[in-house]
Amino acid sequence: MPYTLYDKIWNEHLVYQQEDGTSLLFVDRHLIHEVTSPQAFEGLRNSNRNVRQPSLTLAVADHNVPTTDRSKGIDDKESKIQVDTLEANCKQFGIKLFGMNDKRQGIVHIIGPEQGFTQPGTVIVCGDSHTATHGAFGSLAFGIGTSEVEHVLATQTLVQKKAKNFRINVNGKLPLGVTSKDVILQIIGKIGTAGGTGCVIEYSGSLISSLSVEQRMTICNMTIEGGARAGLIEPDQKIFDYLKDKPMSPKKENWEKALNNWKNLKSDRDAKFDKEISLEGKEILPMVTWGTSPQDVITIEGKVPNPNDEKDTDRKNSIERSLKYMGLKPDTAAKDIKIDKVFIGSCTNGRIEDLREAAKILKNKTKASHVEAMVVPGSGLVKQQAEQEGLDKIFISSGFEWREPGCSMCLAMNADKLKPEERCASTSNRNFEGRQGRGGRTHLVSPGMAAAAAISGNLDDVRKYQN
Amino acid sequence: MKKFISIKSIPAYLPIVNIDTDMIIPKQFLKTIKRTGLGKNLFFELRYDDEGNKIEDFILNQKPYDNSKILITGKNFGCGSSREHAPWALLDFGITCVISSSYADIFYNNCFKNGILPIILEEEKIKELSEYSHRKEEISVDLNEQKIVYGNNEAKFDIDPFKKKCLLEGLDDIALSLEKSDKITSFEKNLKNNKPWIFND
Ligand code: SF4
Repeated sequence: MPYTLYDKIWNEHLVYQQEDGTSLLFVDRHLIHEVTSPQAFEGLRNSNRNVRQPSLTLAVADHNVPTTDRSKGIDDKESKIQVDTLEANCKQFGIKLFGMNDKRQGIVHIIGPEQGFTQPGTVIVCGDSHTATHGAFGSLAFGIGTSEVEHVLATQTLVQKKAKNFRINVNGKLPLGVTSKDVILQIIGKIGTAGGTGCVIEYSGSLISSLSVEQRMTICNMTIEGGARAGLIEPDQKIFDYLKDKPMSPKKENWEKALNNWKNLKSDRDAKFDKEISLEGKEILPMVTWGTSPQDVITIEGKVPNPNDEKDTDRKNSIERSLKYMGLKPDTAAKDIKIDKVFIGSCTNGRIEDLREAAKILKNKTKASHVEAMVVPGSGLVKQQAEQEGLDKIFISSGFEWREPGCSMCLAMNADKLKPEERCASTSNRNFEGRQGRGGRTHLVSPGMAAAAAISGNLDDVRKYQN
Repeated sequence: MKKFISIKSIPAYLPIVNIDTDMIIPKQFLKTIKRTGLGKNLFFELRYDDEGNKIEDFILNQKPYDNSKILITGKNFGCGSSREHAPWALLDFGITCVISSSYADIFYNNCFKNGILPIILEEEKIKELSEYSHRKEEISVDLNEQKIVYGNNEAKFDIDPFKKKCLLEGLDDIALSLEKSDKITSFEKNLKNNKPWIFND
């Protein structure tokens, strides 16, 4: 029988299956962070349980850490308790931790690949919905809740039911100024935030294979915004080259063995998918979101929708609600939307290629005077690399702040946040109400588009600044 | 985990679609290291104004809904993050049953780990049930029979048999899985032979 890549990884990790299909799946890689793990460790202690395979878990503090000078520690008392609790738990249970002052510290979904902890064909979980990011390596990676974190710690397995197979083909070439962020925003606009519910999405097609490893991560990262459990891409030579010699990648004869295994990770040619859609690269334009759901997308040449054009009442109400929250009038042109802040960072677009893309646009230009802008690299190593390349200087001289790594204004759990009614062009992944601060208004864009918005002071077309 | 067998309550109807986990419990409350105490901040931004006063219009601030155990809501409830703080907040407020036409995957699963029953019903039935919220009449939910009783009517719902069993008996997932310990051990042994790089030793 022909199998999809998802089927194959699933089958290889099946420890036990009940008659009704409820399955126990082995977990090869478990990432934890300070926000969704404390209650899991507390649960272990309360029931006198141990961590079954401490070496398969990697911990990092990212959601809550300050992005300004860290030498004085964390001001916020509650944040500090969480970060300290993570440290204590890791010590007690023998788990490797990248603490706040470790130069390898960074956003959990950025450090996994960076360290070679993320590997093809594995099952990877983390108490964070953007775990789907790791699917770019041909792994089955998905977010779990805290009770499940506890379950994985105690048993190294997870209770799951098999999801459906959904394939999204993207063919052709990306037009100039269009990035993988625009591809995934367009996909979410097309399928809706519940379009992938109950599915694992495989991205394929010539455009997907032409993408770099980091661009692929941006696509898989936002799979969850389309409601799917996970998104993955068949691994190829680019992935193997990326992983070679990473600190936690297989070494010597293990590398050869792993490589042999990884090369077979692909969907069979005649594998059946429960759902399938296709997109053409040439039809994709730079995208922005206008509303409070990632499916609320328009192209930069487009206009904000008018609720009166909508027949479905649910949809109409939700457009009205979003417009009101966003402080936008129906039919406003995207380019007429003035912004107050720019945020470049997050696990979606906080990697070195993202920073290069933004810096390329900002070189020899300055941000509009009314705009506040900041770059938060995804990890300490991304930051270091960017500084070696002099990107920090470009950002600083164009008026951006250059910060320490972390989640930062992606979810505004630390001090970085929007004030009520402030409007932000952001390279993150969620534009929910209050996501970047109470009353804050988020427009999701690619790093290049964020840079363009900073220069123009309004949402703008990155292609204008492309040379 | 507390068992879920049946409940009776005046339902609260919140007709908003795509309610995300940030709306259920905003991130400033995720800095806790406990599972309890989140109920007072459930739907924080909808419930309180900028000065921290209750917004009287909001349904959960009104009597008798401030005591509702059942929440009826728009489709795609619980989308967004994987944070279990969302079901913890519902539970802490006293809501043990949610009725919607669809849910986000992770949220749906998280409910079962916390003794909350998420029921999926078609939109039409939801409209009928919402009337009971408006009229402040009780409805009852019986998990064993998989039915909701409202007035003289009944609505049946589907649920995965295993999840149902776990809720009815308040079973601890981890204990159940640990019964399969020998299977996990032999899986690990095979893995060490076939894919030695996984353990990186
Ligand atoms: S960067 Fe944002 S989306 Fe990514 S892990 Fe951090 S908070 Fe979550």
